[in-house]
Amino acid sequence: MSRIGVFVCHCGENIARTVDCAAVAKRLAELPGVAHSVDYKYMCSDPGQALIKQAIAEKGLTGVVVAACSPHMHEKTFRRAVSGAGMNPHFCEMANIREHCSWIHEDRVKATDKATQLASFIVEKVKRNRPLQPIHIPIERRALVIGGGIAGIQASLDIADGNREVVLVEKEPSIGGHMSQLSETFPTLDCSQCILTPRMVETYQHERIRLHTYSEVESVEGYIGNFTVRIRKKSRSIDEEKCNGCGACIQACPNRKSPNEFDTGLGKRTSVYVPFPQAVPNIPVIDRASCLFFRGRAKGAKKDVCKKCEAACGKGAIAFDREDRIIEEKVGAIIIATGYQLYSIGKEQANSAFKGYGEYGYGTIPDVIDGLQFERLASASGPTAGKILRPSDGKEPKRIIFLQCIGSRDPAKGIQFCSKICCMYVAKHTMLYKHKVHGGQATVFFMDIRAAGKGYDEFSRRAIEEDGARYIRGRVSKLERDGEAIKVYGYDTLNGAPVVMDADMVVLATAMVPQTGISTLAQKLSVSYDRYGFINEAHPKLRPVETNTAGIFVAGACQAPRDIPDSVSMASAAAAKVLGLFSNEKLEREPSVAVVNRELCTGCFHCQRVCPYGAIDRFEVKDRKDTLLKTVAEVNKGICQGCGTCQATCPSKSVELEGFTDEQVFAEINALEWTGQGNSGEGGRR
Amino acid sequence: MTHTESKKDNLSAAIRGLTGENVARCYQCGKCSAGCPMSQEMKLKPHDLMRLASFDQADRIFGDESIWLCLTCETCSARCPNGCDPARVIDTLREMALARDPSRWPRAIGAFHAEFLKQVKNHGRVFELGLILGFKLRTGRLFDDALSGPGVFARGKLALQPHRISGIDEMRKIFEKCENVENRDLS
Amino acid sequence: MKIGYYPGCSLSSTGREYNESLQVIAPLLGVTLQEIEDWNCCGASSAHATNRQLSLALAARNLALAETQAIPEVLAPCAACYNRLASARHALAKDTRAFEKTREVLERPEFSNSVRVKTSVEWLRDLAPVIQKKAEETASRSATSPSVKGLKVACYYGCLLVRPPEVTQWPTQWDDPEDPSSMETVVRATGAEPVRWNRRLDCCGAGFSLSRLDSVARLGREILQEAKKAGAQALVVACPLCHVNLDFRQQAIARKAGGEFDLPVFYITELVGLALGASQAQLGLNRHYVRTDSVLERSP
Repeated sequence: MSRIGVFVCHCGENIARTVDCAAVAKRLAELPGVAHSVDYKYMCSDPGQALIKQAIAEKGLTGVVVAACSPHMHEKTFRRAVSGAGMNPHFCEMANIREHCSWIHEDRVKATDKATQLASFIVEKVKRNRPLQPIHIPIERRALVIGGGIAGIQASLDIADGNREVVLVEKEPSIGGHMSQLSETFPTLDCSQCILTPRMVETYQHERIRLHTYSEVESVEGYIGNFTVRIRKKSRSIDEEKCNGCGACIQACPNRKSPNEFDTGLGKRTSVYVPFPQAVPNIPVIDRASCLFFRGRAKGAKKDVCKKCEAACGKGAIAFDREDRIIEEKVGAIIIATGYQLYSIGKEQANSAFKGYGEYGYGTIPDVIDGLQFERLASASGPTAGKILRPSDGKEPKRIIFLQCIGSRDPAKGIQFCSKICCMYVAKHTMLYKHKVHGGQATVFFMDIRAAGKGYDEFSRRAIEEDGARYIRGRVSKLERDGEAIKVYGYDTLNGAPVVMDADMVVLATAMVPQTGISTLAQKLSVSYDRYGFINEAHPKLRPVETNTAGIFVAGACQAPRDIPDSVSMASAAAAKVLGLFSNEKLEREPSVAVVNRELCTGCFHCQRVCPYGAIDRFEVKDRKDTLLKTVAEVNKGICQGCGTCQATCPSKSVELEGFTDEQVFAEINALEWTGQGNSGEGGRR
Repeated sequence: MTHTESKKDNLSAAIRGLTGENVARCYQCGKCSAGCPMSQEMKLKPHDLMRLASFDQADRIFGDESIWLCLTCETCSARCPNGCDPARVIDTLREMALARDPSRWPRAIGAFHAEFLKQVKNHGRVFELGLILGFKLRTGRLFDDALSGPGVFARGKLALQPHRISGIDEMRKIFEKCENVENRDLS
Repeated sequence: MKIGYYPGCSLSSTGREYNESLQVIAPLLGVTLQEIEDWNCCGASSAHATNRQLSLALAARNLALAETQAIPEVLAPCAACYNRLASARHALAKDTRAFEKTREVLERPEFSNSVRVKTSVEWLRDLAPVIQKKAEETASRSATSPSVKGLKVACYYGCLLVRPPEVTQWPTQWDDPEDPSSMETVVRATGAEPVRWNRRLDCCGAGFSLSRLDSVARLGREILQEAKKAGAQALVVACPLCHVNLDFRQQAIARKAGGEFDLPVFYITELVGLALGASQAQLGLNRHYVRTDSVLERSP
């Protein structure tokens, strides 16, 4: 026999201004099954909650309905209150008579009728509630971080320092990401590698970080707290245990002509190589595509070619026959930190929606380079030992021109967004250039200057006011080869005249776009991404480091273009989320999940097909002799988000949401017939 | 007259209605004017015209000959980063200028267009000799290229007689219908 | 192989050589040209610059005629005519209001805008293997006929062949609007050598030839100078107006804007014709202003 307590809240004036709360309470007292019905000014306050607890004790209530604001606001509050009085919290529900009634209507009589109806629905529902217990699932308290750039490194260190183990996977032979390619960083002009390498070493040496470099995520199964990740450790063709990083193999390698990826193609490397001297780990990789031994083997040579590295190695660490290995790691949370790549200045683009800049030569004009290439030129450890020299003839460019917004803010080429960092790094480049090429002139063609960070505007003004950079507001229509120089056809909108200039070098500030293969990775993880490939955050304002997939977080430039301080902040935020998740041994989840009635289920699996979260598994019902009787659907309580799609789809009505059964929902609908006493006269029983 | 007042002409809305082009999309980067071959001869360059159009400054646009200096080479529209079509906007501005005042175009350029279209209307095809002579009469440039005359004839490059197409009545009807300004709903 | 043919007004007068050379090479390439009967002027820049509806109607009448004459595809050698016809085709396909209005103006309700328009450059590029084969055969047969082998040419596309990209590269993308290569492909097939140079897509001054010669002189000088700087011995064009502005006007350009050029300007069809063994007279080369004999005898 139901004994429901109804509590109608005035919410100060919010509800009481439009709804006659006392009348609602009075009418609901007449509803069969209601044992107690009152109104009060502020139900969420301490005295308000005390009213509920008191009523439960005194009247032996079996359920509580609070007619007030939205459950999003205070469902937790009231459920905690009834728990305190010894009642299962799932017997307490809210009827929303504020957002759904008093805030959207003006007619007091009609609003009061409606509030009465809304409360009566919930009373009918609560009569049919069952006591539910929270679901506890075990958590593997280890994290996986995908991407070893500055964001991945920061997140890994934060989690590891928080006493949890981290598996860090990086696809390049070394961690460090693009930050390791930069010469100096804005706004301080700190040497990038100087501030980065200590972190890299710390990551490598940390006892709680398992580093897998030259590796990629192969597959991900499972759900929050229980992910099984298979990682492909690509073969370096080197025995990592034996190698001591002495570099003898590199010295011995006869091929010195392969383009150096780290130097963005401006320098050369050997076939067995370490990407840069400060690489972590300092273990080389053999590039099988250029290695003479492997090429010989591929052509079917009868005798082994070269192998000079093997001969030179004092530790026997060269392992030509080592192949890729797949390892398995179990983790409870994943952070995606795969970073960015630059939009291509050539004709070929990473994303088929992007077009290249034919008017700037599609990358075929010599000495027209992009921002990362300029960084390598400016780097002391770069292909020119830090001198700004033209790739074509090695001469110093006396006139350098920078073009901003290449790709960015250019819907005609496929990209609408602004890449955020280019205004800053171009200012930085003009300063580096001025410091290195005395008597040189730097010119920048820009549309706007976006310098919103701390010290950023001051930094960008310094380039103009102290280092003599000439900023021209206007875009460039085309670039042409003019003998040894490059002719730039631009416009000065502030002066109102076309500007034609000659340059010895042109730097295109290209857009920051997600890495190639990001969509494949995202699909493996079941996270969503936007049309450019940027990983989608759960909420752009309030949940920036989470994704819509429980247990998977995101940090850094893979979510949107950003600079180093923002990437580091985001990484620490994601780490904090992970550590928060790991702070309990078990994960507590709301019990409003779907449950399958195995007796009724016919095994059609329509539910599995429509479930947006992949939460439906198959379960084999067997007899004691282990004979298979039937295969039915089973809901994974760890993944189910309680959306109810399966319930709506099931043809045999075998699956229902706890707390939202068909019986409950129909009871609510049927309650529409009851309109209560003393209302506008339009009512009465129908 | 301030630059920001006067929505009375609502030029931008008229352009939008005729062409679907939203001139507010122009973010004044100047790339069109940077690549325009006539930029250095125009007082109001393509991006200037877009800006004036979006601020409904009809008098400033139609009071200048810049729109007539456009070569219709389409370079501006091909390169606009924000997907604007300045070429189309400038085409429309010329039509609107003629609707306001059919004689208000630079003399020589106007004479060429008028004579060209007269040829098409009367013959269906351009009788180039007629075009040249008509142009000279309208502009008074009787002696320009006069020395080239004999050479052109000697090379057989100029017919002495026009060719008239059979469908010449069709031509007349097309011109009548299209020249009717009311028909074109230009404001 | 048959293809519809829209000569346009210039090809019977100032652009006469273009038509003559085209008529010579078409049968050599196994193509019959079917001229649209009673075609009218496309309106060129004068209609387009002053009256959009008129420009659509004039161009569309030719497309409608082609339809009634069962011609599915039309070759329009003049770049401006091509651009007007293709623009009409595109506009009427994308804008139903314009389509209805144009049909009404033409009084041709059955017109369905189904005709495809092609430039001579795309047409010849698709025939490049045939051109190359025949050129090689011709070269091996006689060593004395005027030869284009090794002739350094600057391919001048002009503005209207490739712009605007939404119109010219629709419905098929036949070349890259900022970095086209079709003309170079044809030139190579003839045995001549295209040079890499800067002004391939820059406007020659178009319809200002009579009304604003100074502008044409300025623009023309840029083009001729760059071609010369790149080592070209001749220019190759695909538009009679470009030809007038660079050939007929070459002397005026030199006089008004300065410079000495002596650069003959070939129509692409003339170049192909020479490679296929036709004589200069057959191709109309004697009608040019800048004499062509010297470069043809100069090249190896």
